[in-house]
Amino acid sequence: MKELFRRTGKSFSAGQNRTDAIPDDIWVKCPSCGEIIYQKQLNENLKVCPKCGYHMRLTAREWLGILDVGSFEEHDAHLWPADPLNFVSAQGSYAEKLKETQQRTGLIDSVISGLGAIDNLPFSLAVCDFDFMGASMGSVYGEKMARAAERAADLRIPLVTINRSGGARMQEGVISLMQMAKISMALTRLTAVQQPHISLMVDPCYGGVTASYASVADIIIAEPGANIGFAGKRVIEQTIRQKLPAEFQTAEFMLEHGLIDMVVARTELRALLSRLLHLYQNRRQPVTTVNTSTVNHMPIANH
Amino acid sequence: MNVTPTASQEQRSPWDRVQIARNPQRPRTLDYIQGFTEDFVELHGDRRFGDDQAVVSGLASFNGQTVMIVGHQKGRDTRENVRRHFGMPHPEGYRKALRLFKHAEKFGFPVFCLIDTPGANPNKESEERGQANAIAESILTMAALRTPIIACVIGEGGSGGALAIGVADRLLMLENSVYSVASPEASASILWRDSSRAPDAASAMRITAHDLLDLGIADEVIPEPEGGAHTARGAIIKALAERLHTHLSTLQALDMPTLLEQRYVKYRSIGRYQEHAQHIFDTLIKDASAFMRRS
Repeated sequence: MKELFRRTGKSFSAGQNRTDAIPDDIWVKCPSCGEIIYQKQLNENLKVCPKCGYHMRLTAREWLGILDVGSFEEHDAHLWPADPLNFVSAQGSYAEKLKETQQRTGLIDSVISGLGAIDNLPFSLAVCDFDFMGASMGSVYGEKMARAAERAADLRIPLVTINRSGGARMQEGVISLMQMAKISMALTRLTAVQQPHISLMVDPCYGGVTASYASVADIIIAEPGANIGFAGKRVIEQTIRQKLPAEFQTAEFMLEHGLIDMVVARTELRALLSRLLHLYQNRRQPVTTVNTSTVNHMPIANH
Repeated sequence: MNVTPTASQEQRSPWDRVQIARNPQRPRTLDYIQGFTEDFVELHGDRRFGDDQAVVSGLASFNGQTVMIVGHQKGRDTRENVRRHFGMPHPEGYRKALRLFKHAEKFGFPVFCLIDTPGANPNKESEERGQANAIAESILTMAALRTPIIACVIGEGGSGGALAIGVADRLLMLENSVYSVASPEASASILWRDSSRAPDAASAMRITAHDLLDLGIADEVIPEPEGGAHTARGAIIKALAERLHTHLSTLQALDMPTLLEQRYVKYRSIGRYQEHAQHIFDTLIKDASAFMRRS
């Protein structure tokens, strides 16, 4: 099994130049408490303010820092977005928008996926990057998530998803909506081999992502203060014509209403995942494969 | 089945079709149930919180066999619309649907879903009771439900609120129905910060029945009478019943693993993306060298 996770020297082309471009010797102001923090110290603390505990946003690449050093092996990096509707609006075309965003962010689309490990416990991983069109869920997002779930099922390892998204990729229309069903389909394979899906919800997490795979995980973890919901706050305020309280749709609100398992600080996350992965691995009962006829491997088609 | 639209229907803009899909006189779920089933027994409640009347569901006899029917229900007048939340379900509506999907699976009843909603209810109570979770659970349950499911968009297919009862072995659409990731008004607001540009969004988002057929998401478009379904109710009810019967016969001829595998492939293959050749080449070289090292 370990061999699967050997570092293969595959280059991390997408996104890496972004973090490299930021020199370590600059100071950052915490947007919450105003504390001036040394960038290097902040990065070592996974961008959690050492004074007030405010969780600043991480890029997908930065999230890989919670894994064992050198354990990440990227998969499906060759999946590129297409323009299924030939979408054009007054502000320009989807094709142009994709090109511009790819150049600006160094990412190809909004999800990075592959295999990784924490304390040598392997899992399949998919992480959203909000910088890429608000981590909206289009075809590439859906395909990478679905493949991450299928990969977990094939290898009989858990799936960990780190979710933050503004919702659907509008420019892909109803195809974007259908990604919710597609990812859910792939999750049925994971269920069939009794491997867990652990979903981490990070600020902000809305729309099709919360209304599909992220909200039906076996374990749902949210970061403190993260905004999580189905409809956006502005939409609800327009519907009910009144102002919503500040705590509405926060991680703490979700916990209070019984919709997630726990709220965990980013600095505690690695230890928690290690404990969970160990608990799921440590099963006395042999794992039985349920309903084998429906877990045949789907060939990966060339499109 | 390919439909050749009549000249006037072909000239209809997507926005015109949105208006027909929303026409208050258009047949609703209960009209179809009354029209093509017998002995309908409505079943209520999610057993957890309440009974959402934006969703109607129950058992009925269809061409001599028992089926489970679940559908969104809009009101016929303001009073009924208030009671039915304009066909916009709360979480308890989806949890009622989910309960009855499992009920259908338990007893081997096929499921018909009739989709007609502007979307899931975006209000405070829905969020507190887990709207996202209710939709997600329903989608996941339908993905693996061990009984045939046929869904038909009879009016508006509004986003996740529609998909929550729309994962099916066959997706049919009435000719003037629409199905979209967000309503044209919401799409225009998100894309251009101007909801008055809804007609433009209706075109750009490709939301008509024929668009969905072209995109490979709808399996069939059911032609409507010249003026729209509301101008000849009997005809459209009969047409839908006939198509449901045909598809059900096909699906019931399949064994369960085949049915589920076909459903899996149907949804698993939705999406358009490119696989970049250089990366595929790199991966092959990497795999080959890894293989050489191992052997």
